[in-house]
Amino acid sequence: MEATNELHTTLLTLFGKLNGGAEDATEPNDNDATEARTATIPLDYSRSGANLEQHCRPEQLRTAAELLDNQHFLLESITGVDWPEKNQFEVLYDFIHYAAPQYRVLLRCTVSRDEAIVPSLCSIFSAADWHEREVYDLFGILFDGHPNLIRILLPEDADFYPLRKDYMP
Amino acid sequence: MMANPIVHALVYLIGLMTFAGLNAAYLVWCERKGAARIQRRTGPCEVGWAGLLQPLADGLKLMTKQLLVPDGVDAALFRLAPVLAMLPGMVALAVIPFGAHLQALDMELSALFIFAFASLAMLCVLLGGWASGNKFAIISSARAVSQNLAYEIPMLLTLITIALISGSLNLREIALDQQGGLFQWNLFRLEGWHILTMWIAFIIFFICSIAETNRAPFDLAEAESELVAGYMTEYSSMGYGLFMMAEYINIVVGACLTTILFLGGWGCPFDVAPGWWWFGLKMYALIFTIIWVRWTYPRTQIYRLLNLSWKVMIPFSLINLLITAGLVKFL
Amino acid sequence: MNLPRQRYEETFVLNLGPQHPATHGVLRIKVTMDGEYVVKAEPVLGYIHRMHEKIAEQGNFAQFMPYTARMDYLHALALNHGYCLVGDRDAGIQVTERAEYIRVITVELNRIASHLLWWAAFLLDLGGFTPLLYAFDDREQILDLLERTTGSRLTYCYFRFGGVYNDIDDEFISDTRTFIDRLRKRLPVMYHSLVTGNIILIKRIKGIGIISAEQCRRYGASGPVARGSGIDFDVRKHEPYSIYPELDFDIPVYDEGDSMARYMVRMDEIEQSLRIIEQALDKLPDGPIMAKVPKNLRPEAGTCYAAVETARGSLGHRLLCNGDRNPYRLKLRSPTFSNLSLFAEVAEGMMIADVLAFLGSLDLVIPEIDR
Repeated sequence: MEATNELHTTLLTLFGKLNGGAEDATEPNDNDATEARTATIPLDYSRSGANLEQHCRPEQLRTAAELLDNQHFLLESITGVDWPEKNQFEVLYDFIHYAAPQYRVLLRCTVSRDEAIVPSLCSIFSAADWHEREVYDLFGILFDGHPNLIRILLPEDADFYPLRKDYMP
Repeated sequence: MMANPIVHALVYLIGLMTFAGLNAAYLVWCERKGAARIQRRTGPCEVGWAGLLQPLADGLKLMTKQLLVPDGVDAALFRLAPVLAMLPGMVALAVIPFGAHLQALDMELSALFIFAFASLAMLCVLLGGWASGNKFAIISSARAVSQNLAYEIPMLLTLITIALISGSLNLREIALDQQGGLFQWNLFRLEGWHILTMWIAFIIFFICSIAETNRAPFDLAEAESELVAGYMTEYSSMGYGLFMMAEYINIVVGACLTTILFLGGWGCPFDVAPGWWWFGLKMYALIFTIIWVRWTYPRTQIYRLLNLSWKVMIPFSLINLLITAGLVKFL
Repeated sequence: MNLPRQRYEETFVLNLGPQHPATHGVLRIKVTMDGEYVVKAEPVLGYIHRMHEKIAEQGNFAQFMPYTARMDYLHALALNHGYCLVGDRDAGIQVTERAEYIRVITVELNRIASHLLWWAAFLLDLGGFTPLLYAFDDREQILDLLERTTGSRLTYCYFRFGGVYNDIDDEFISDTRTFIDRLRKRLPVMYHSLVTGNIILIKRIKGIGIISAEQCRRYGASGPVARGSGIDFDVRKHEPYSIYPELDFDIPVYDEGDSMARYMVRMDEIEQSLRIIEQALDKLPDGPIMAKVPKNLRPEAGTCYAAVETARGSLGHRLLCNGDRNPYRLKLRSPTFSNLSLFAEVAEGMMIADVLAFLGSLDLVIPEIDR
C-alpha cells in the first residue's frame, strides 16, 4: 500500500504540472462541455474502482501518457463513449501498475463528434495499437499517428460504426 | 507344387498382397483399439464383434467417395503419387524371409534392396506434396525429404555392423546366422562380445525406422497441428486411403527388418520350434511398441529431429561401427 | 531458435486459420514465411465478433447476464463474476457472505476446468493426443458438480447481482471434497510424471516464445502470461475482491518467460485453486444467498470499473451509467485481447512449429477476444 500512496502523490504533482499553474484542479463543468478542459480528480476506489481521474485535452494526451509510462504504468484498456447530446466522443484510458495494488488511473479525453481525432499512444504503449484500432472500428474515432489504423473486429468493407448511439442495425 | 516358378511367383504374389492388405487394414484397427485402451476408452465397437469390421467399413467409405482433384494441381502426378506410395513397401515384402522356407525371393544384397525402395517411398511423399500445389503440403514434403535423408544414414551404418557380424547382406543368411537361441541373436550376441554394443545399434535402428515411416513422435510430415494433414492435405477418397495403407505397410516392413537384423528372424529364444509364428510374434510386438510410443509422446520439432540424427545418431552409429569392426577383427 | 536478422529474399504467405487445427476456433494468422521461419505474423480477428457491448446497451442490467458466459466459455463463471462485481459496485449492493463463498468456490472449480482444458489442448497442439482424454476425465467431474448447482455445463448464468441463483447442497460439498482428493492424487501421477517431465515436451517448450517483463507491461499482458514472465500480478491479490483476502493461497510466478514457465504457472494454479476451494468449503457460512436487490438496477450516473482474475488474466468491465435502467456503455476488457497483441512481436523469427507451441501457451479463447 505504501508504494501506492507514494505513486499517488507523485502523480498528483505531475498532473498538477500538466494542468498548468494557471488552471487550478477544479471540478469539470459538465454544462460547459464544448470547451476542452483539464482537471485531476481523486476518486473513491471502493465506489468507482479507480483512484485518479485525469481529464485531458487531446493535445495533452501524449504528455500524460508519457508521464504514466515513466512511472511504469501499463495501459489496460481504451474505452470509447458516444455522447450525442453533447455532440462529443469521449475516450477513456485505463492504466494500472503491476507493483501498486488497488491503484487505477483513468485518463479521459473528449473530442467533438464532427472532428473526432485523438493522438495515438502507439509509440508509447504497444498495447494501444489494438485497443485504438478497436475504438476506431466501433466508433470511427481517428487516432493521429497510428501506424496501421484499420478495422480489427468488423469486416473490412463495413461502412458503419456500431457503437455510435445513432447506429441502429 | 512350388517347383513351377510361375506358380511359385503367383502364390507368393497373392499371399503377399493379402498379407499387406490385411495388415494395412487391421493395423488401423489395432492402432485404434490400442489408442483407445491407452486413453481409457473403448475404441471401435459398433461394426462387427469388437469393431472388427470397422476397417472394412472405413475402406468402403473411402472407396465410395470422390477423389477431388483441385484446380492448380498437377493432375497426373497427383493421381500417380498415392499409387506409387504403395509400391516400395509391397516390393520390399518380397525379399523378407518370414520363415526358413517362407520367402518369395531369396536374393543377395536383399537388405540393400529394401533400403533402395525405402528411398522411393520418400520420393512418393515429395511427389504427392509437390503435385498438390498446397503450401502445407510442400512444407510437409520438404520436411519428409530432409527427415528421410537424415535417418537413412544412421540406419545404413547400423546395417553395416550387422553385415560385418553376419558376413552377408542377404537377409536370409543374416537370419540363419542367428539361429540357436537368444544369445545367438544379434541383439544379445555373446559370441564376439557383440552384446556390449548391439543394443545401441538396436535403439538407433528402431528410432530410425520410426522416423523413416513418419510415425509419432517423428511424424513431422503430417503434423496435424501445424500442417493440417501435411502432404495428404489435398487428398480425399482412396488417394488418402492409399497413403494411409502405405504408411502401415512401411511399418510392417520396418518391423520385419528389425526382427531379422536384431531379433533372430524366425528363431525361437529357447531354440525350440522355430518358425514363422515366432517371426510374427516379434514383429507384432515391435509394431505394438510403435503404436504405444505414438500415443504416449508429444511430437518433436523438425530441427530437433534433424539435430538428433546428425549430432547424435550418426556419431553413435559411427562409433558403434568402429567398435563392432574391432570386435569382429580381433576376437 | 531465432533466425538471425537478414534480408528475406523469398517469402510466401501462409494462412493459418480461420479453420486450422492449431488455432482452436476462428482465429486467423497471416504468416509471412521464409522456408519454415516466420518473418511476420499478423493475427486477423473478428471472425466470431458479436458486438456484445452493443447488446449490453440494449437491455437492462440483468438481461445482459447470460451473454457474459458466451465470451469466455471456458471460464464462464468468472465472466459472470466480473459483470456482477461491476454491477454490485456501481449500485452499491452488499453481497451476502454465503453467496460470496459460493461464488469463489464455483469460480475456482471453473478455473480448474479451464486450465485442464487448456492443458489438454496445448498437448494436442504439440501432437500428444492421449493427455486430452485424461484431462477431460477430470474436467467432466467438475462439469457434473457445476451442472448440479448451476443447471448448465458450459455457459453458466448462475450469478445474480447481490448473490447467486441457487444454493449449494451437502452433496455438492461432499462431492467437491472427493474431487479435490481425486485431483490431488492424479496431478503428480497422470499430469506431471507422464507429461511435465517428458523430455520431448520440455525440449519443445523450454526457451520457446520468451516474453520479457517489459514486453508484458508495454502490451498490458496479465494472467499466466505475465506471471510466467516474473511479474507477480494477480487481480485476486492485486485488487482483492469477494472473499479472496480472507483465504490463504499463493500466486505462482516463474521468471523464465518462456512457454514452459506459462505451463508451470497454470499447473501450479490448479493446486492453488484446490487450496482455495478447500478453505472456502471449510469456512462456508450459513445465511441467505441473495441480498435485497431492486428488481431493476438503476445506478446513478457515473463510471465504474471492476476487474476479476479469469483463467486467462485480468478481465475488466468499465461501466458508464447515465441513471437509466440499461448500461449507457459497457466496455469489456478481455485479457486475451491484450495477451494476443504481443504475439506478433514475439513470433517474429521463430519456426512455424515453435510459433504454434507459443500460440498454444498463450491460452486463447477466441470468442473472448472478438466479443
